[in-house]
Amino acid sequence: MTRAVLSALVLLLTGLGAGGARAEPARALPQHLRDTGLFVEGSMIDVRPDVMPFSPQYPLWSDGATKRRWIWLPPGTSIDAAQADAWDFPRGTKLWKEFSHGGAIETRYLERGMDGEWRFGSYVWTADGEDAVLAPADGIRELAAPGAPNGRYTIPAQDDCRACHEGAPVPVLGFSALQLSPDRDPLAPHAEQAANSVDLNVLVSRGVLENLPAPLIARPPRIEAQSPAERAALGYLHGNCGNCHNDEGPLAVLEMTLAQRVAAPPAARDAVKRSIVDVPSQFRAQGAPRDADRVEPGRLDASVLAMRMGSRDPLQQMPPLGTQAVDAEALSLIARWIETLPRPASGSGHTK
Amino acid sequence: MKSLKMLVLLALVVAASFVRAADSPQAPAADDPVARGKYIVNTSGCHDCHTPWHMTDKGPAPDMSRALSGHPESFEMPDAPALPPGPWIVAIGATNTAYAGPWGMSFTANLTPDRETGLGKWTARTFIDTIRTGRHLGRGREVLPPMPIAVYKNFTDEDLTAIFAYLQTIPAVKNRVPEPRPPAAAAVAQQ
Repeated sequence: MTRAVLSALVLLLTGLGAGGARAEPARALPQHLRDTGLFVEGSMIDVRPDVMPFSPQYPLWSDGATKRRWIWLPPGTSIDAAQADAWDFPRGTKLWKEFSHGGAIETRYLERGMDGEWRFGSYVWTADGEDAVLAPADGIRELAAPGAPNGRYTIPAQDDCRACHEGAPVPVLGFSALQLSPDRDPLAPHAEQAANSVDLNVLVSRGVLENLPAPLIARPPRIEAQSPAERAALGYLHGNCGNCHNDEGPLAVLEMTLAQRVAAPPAARDAVKRSIVDVPSQFRAQGAPRDADRVEPGRLDASVLAMRMGSRDPLQQMPPLGTQAVDAEALSLIARWIETLPRPASGSGHTK
Repeated sequence: MKSLKMLVLLALVVAASFVRAADSPQAPAADDPVARGKYIVNTSGCHDCHTPWHMTDKGPAPDMSRALSGHPESFEMPDAPALPPGPWIVAIGATNTAYAGPWGMSFTANLTPDRETGLGKWTARTFIDTIRTGRHLGRGREVLPPMPIAVYKNFTDEDLTAIFAYLQTIPAVKNRVPEPRPPAAAAVAQQ
């Protein structure tokens, strides 16, 4: 069923037209990627030398796409890391993330304007790789992409960008103390490391990251887990889910946090586990017991978190957008972690 | 004499207009968001789908004892019926709170301020985000038909804040609305 038919149905049922569409905000973003400052003049391949590549240790699952990421800071500026989990980026900051399935399909762009506001855009590459053009604000739902799952690819709408990026304290998601820690997690799924990627040490040494608390320089951030599998599982949940599921953003109402905090790693780990392990799910997943938990120790098939990760039914899947293929490697990791969680002693906790 | 008749007629028209004005709904005070929210809720069809309907001796009517509490959890819906040949696209449950169509089966939400099953823990921001984006809590799955997101997303933030403020004042009803079901074909494929 196409979106158009559904829209028509909505109008049919309500008897109302959509009225005047909400006025689009002024589009300040360049129409072409080449004008955003990523590449050297006249090239769509060579990245400018003052643009820094980076590689988060817990990357977002993007249906197997190969990704490259860069950041640019205006000369003479720096990131204020005084709040270790909510960095303050200077005005003029630019970030790019390129998605490829065989060839480049899309480059997402995030910039902080001189007015302090963050702007989101997506550039769609032409088949010949000669150009990348700003996508419509509503995105593109069905883009033919032979290398992508099912041969199709979705360009997110700007509202979709905001849905994920504005759920966290800072809209920059993959460029943070935990994500750029030199103490990288060897079990993190899909962790690519681009050549010359900057990490915390490099950023500090270049003087572009200031006020990072000294303990995080002396001892690079890492998740204080009780096993390697738990470290990687909690890291995956942080990188893929914690941007929305945290205790500070709009979804705090769900009382479920999957975000780690480098400022207090043990407390963050405990807060995450306390909000999901042996906690009844508010969502009743298809095929799950009515009183299923978000995570039930030892029982992947009764853990709603895993069930939703393993679904691509649009009504049930997690994440709810940006993916149409299950991350099998991550699901296997989550399964190993759930298997190792101690089951409540008989007679304690709630019973099924 | 003709002038007198005209004068009497004019007086009657003026008097009638005053009567009509007195009977017609009054615009809520601009500085009272709860009153404005109530006005919008009562004029924008919210009760049509979010309040369960029941049969009365005057015909079907919204059951205001369960106002805006969404599809009753006790009213378990069977599978959607197969529609007859022709341009039919949707089946509606007897309470006007369950809808089956090409998107699957959707159930209207509990808008009362119950903390566990309604909007009791929501904030004005999550409410605005939901209507504005057409996604549950502004971030989750898409809000399904027949919710007229395409219409309501045009409300101003002030209107939506007023609606939310009013919804937080109505009686809380504990009613956990079922999750939506996938289309029949998709459900079979998942088995």
